[in-house]
Amino acid sequence: MNWTAIIVFVLLFGFVTVLGFVAAHWRRGDLTELHEWGLAGRRLGTIITWFLLGGDVYTAYTFIAVPALVFGAGAIGFFALPYTIIVYPLVFLILPRMWAVAHKHNYITAADFVQGRYGNRWLALAVAVTGIVATMPYIALQLLGLQVVIGAMGVGTGGGFAADIPLIIAFVILAAFTYTSGLRAPAMIAVVKDTLIYITVLALVIVVPYQLGGYGNLFAAVPPEKLLLPTPGAGTLGQYSAYATLALGSAFALFLYPHTMTAVLSSSGAQVIRRNAAYLPAYSFLLGLLALTGFMALAAGVASLPEFAPQFEQYKSNFAIPALILHSFPDWFAGVAFAAIGIGGLVPAAIMSIAASNLFTRNIYVPFIHPRCTPAQETQNAKVVSLVVKVGALVFIIFLPLQYAIQLQLLGGIWISQTIPAVIFGLYTRWFNPWALLIGWAAGLVVGTWMAGTTGFQSAVFPLQIDGLTVPGYAALYALASNVVLCIVLSPIFNGIGATKGSDQTIASDYRFR
Amino acid sequence: MSTTPGRSTPAAAHSRWWLLLLLIPFVALLWVPFYNRLDPAIFGIPFFYWYQFVWVILTSVIILFVDSRTREVDTSEQ
Repeated sequence: MNWTAIIVFVLLFGFVTVLGFVAAHWRRGDLTELHEWGLAGRRLGTIITWFLLGGDVYTAYTFIAVPALVFGAGAIGFFALPYTIIVYPLVFLILPRMWAVAHKHNYITAADFVQGRYGNRWLALAVAVTGIVATMPYIALQLLGLQVVIGAMGVGTGGGFAADIPLIIAFVILAAFTYTSGLRAPAMIAVVKDTLIYITVLALVIVVPYQLGGYGNLFAAVPPEKLLLPTPGAGTLGQYSAYATLALGSAFALFLYPHTMTAVLSSSGAQVIRRNAAYLPAYSFLLGLLALTGFMALAAGVASLPEFAPQFEQYKSNFAIPALILHSFPDWFAGVAFAAIGIGGLVPAAIMSIAASNLFTRNIYVPFIHPRCTPAQETQNAKVVSLVVKVGALVFIIFLPLQYAIQLQLLGGIWISQTIPAVIFGLYTRWFNPWALLIGWAAGLVVGTWMAGTTGFQSAVFPLQIDGLTVPGYAALYALASNVVLCIVLSPIFNGIGATKGSDQTIASDYRFR
Repeated sequence: MSTTPGRSTPAAAHSRWWLLLLLIPFVALLWVPFYNRLDPAIFGIPFFYWYQFVWVILTSVIILFVDSRTREVDTSEQ
């Protein structure tokens, strides 16, 4: 066991635990109100929103999985960079409208907006359930990040139930401060977490190339076939279309995720979101650097070092970055880096569980189970559900094979994209019929799941055949295309035969943010 | 009920054209064959990598510019 790293890790972890509980008192609000507990009272300014969204989008799983993908598969793994670039023009254009209408009508979730806009609780239910189902495996994967760094410090590598005890302790802490402080806790902790992450990544991209003798040597040591996307052969667009559609589809999906929506709605104004769209790419730069550490791990040859053999056996390429950290830094700094990744898991896990419980409470519990509950009961229900969600994620990661969580997260991205017509189109037009949107959503789920199924749920890239040309592309986009076509074809038909168009509680000026 | 927010003044309607600038990063990054190459490298970093890093900064600059051109009265900030 690496005691120096463990002590540094525990100290930093303890610090953010205290911070998580203190957060309840920060910008004091009535925590029995759902928008206070679940959206921190919609009072977060530009800087805290920047940390919160950054901590939310760039998760512990991202920090483990993106370099691992570059380490294992090469250039294709770099799609995370164009993805997190082109998402920001979309954030800039679309989300201020969402903020404005949500602020006006006290919407807490995307499904709240759909309910208000279309007056159709089944469509709202579909959006809510999709959000919850897509979020659950994501929370489980945050635990994977924690598990890997705990394993890297030599704790619990023996296997068995004892190996999971540190993970359980970390999660009890997470559950407790989320329950008491709501969204204020991850908002405060995100500041610490991101500072640690920036320090760690900057250290990596300076120290490791220095040890390897410069960036030229680093890239020279990478196998040439991993350095670029292979040129597609005849009759296929190969990895070119896969790369572009993965970037575009992931960008569309990102802000449909409930945890992103929660962070966006908790900001104090539409201008805060617009400004953040310009400043958040700083994190994308960091993510790009982090993706490069996958190559650094290759160049440093950590996978063949005997001291890391057992962990590589257990965590596969997910161990690339922890191994590189242990290999390149003194133990105390490895502790800082691991704490950064570990705390990096807590922040998004907290926001995700809050987002999922907001959805359950607002869009399932109140409309379908307990219509006459008071605001205090509503909030209490959300707090309890946030606990249930986290226990579920914990059970998932401890008792089920890791592969399931990864596959479900992959499917989750495909599924959440199918809520785009109802949520995003709804911000701009009421032309679509809610029942058409519901059928389009269902068709998109089926098509996307089938496409992923043809790869044995190993990949989200589906080789679509168009007139003899193979276009491998992100299944979420293909499924979305069929979804949108159905919505466009069915809406006039349903409106024509008098299928109920639903009521609309919003008016045009609600969407104006200046 | 109307579904699009009205832009009342001609100046505001005019400023919306700036939003088209936001399309540039999409073109630059989604046309993969354009940048899937090693040369020219900078400090040993292949074109494929530094090109995409440059677009992080350019996109940020474009958004800041468009924001400044399309912002009217900022009442939302606290």
